[in-house]
Amino acid sequence: MALSAADKCNVREFWEKLGENTKVYGTEALVRTFLCFPETKTYFPHFDLSRGSRQVQAHGKKVADALTLAVSHLDDLPASLSSLSELHAHRLKVDPINFKLLSHCLLVTLARHHPGNLNPEVHASLDKFLSYVASVLTSKYR
Amino acid sequence: MVNWTAEEKQAISTIWAKIDIEEVGAGALSRLLVVYPWTQRYFSNFGNLSSPQAIEGNPRVRNHGKKVLTSFGEAVKNLDNVKATFDKLSELHSDKLHVDPQNFRLLGDNLIIVLAATMGKDFTPEAQAAWQKLVGVVASALSRKYH
Repeated sequence: MALSAADKCNVREFWEKLGENTKVYGTEALVRTFLCFPETKTYFPHFDLSRGSRQVQAHGKKVADALTLAVSHLDDLPASLSSLSELHAHRLKVDPINFKLLSHCLLVTLARHHPGNLNPEVHASLDKFLSYVASVLTSKYR
Repeated sequence: MVNWTAEEKQAISTIWAKIDIEEVGAGALSRLLVVYPWTQRYFSNFGNLSSPQAIEGNPRVRNHGKKVLTSFGEAVKNLDNVKATFDKLSELHSDKLHVDPQNFRLLGDNLIIVLAATMGKDFTPEAQAAWQKLVGVVASALSRKYH
């Protein structure tokens, strides 16, 4: 399910409107993921996962910044996310199902904050983009 | 039997009371057909589904979305007995409609995105968690009679 030119356009335009809020949204997506899908917390036994946790905020920012990087490299995602792919394959080993869960909660977060901009076509493009990022991040698993 | 906390029941019923069933139902179904176009396989007799605009403007999609969400409301009214509530519908989806149960999960997640867009700040992480549990329970109940 490759990204079309229209998909790339939708993703770039939508992401640009988020500006500095991406970090807040990254954090909110994580909070939603941990609450709705508690099994995801198993990857963070070393974190304080209580509401307002600084660690979760820092991690939300990390995730958001990686996605911002991905948005600016839609034409060469595998290359630009290569070190993150290595990290997830050889160190983190997050089961692939979890990327779907986080992606869903990110879309929920974006819908909650930007309902007007997340029309079905843009939603489709973002969903494809997040799936593509997830497949790149798991591409070196085996 | 599913165990619901008082807070979960509250989150579900408060949001249910505030939504326009037709708007949200139509929105969730049309979004499903746009974002996951392969789901259109079940609606080949619905007329024009050739573009997002055609889907969103299609009156059969709208009516069916309303029908589906109205039916979903039976779960909301019978939280303590969702399985039995959807016994017959489960058989229908399995034996007559031949719908892959994965579609129940896709529609459920889409419904949640529409609720987030509609309810804004009221769709807190806690509210989402209650609704994720509900859509999971509904999907499970609808799959139960497959054989």
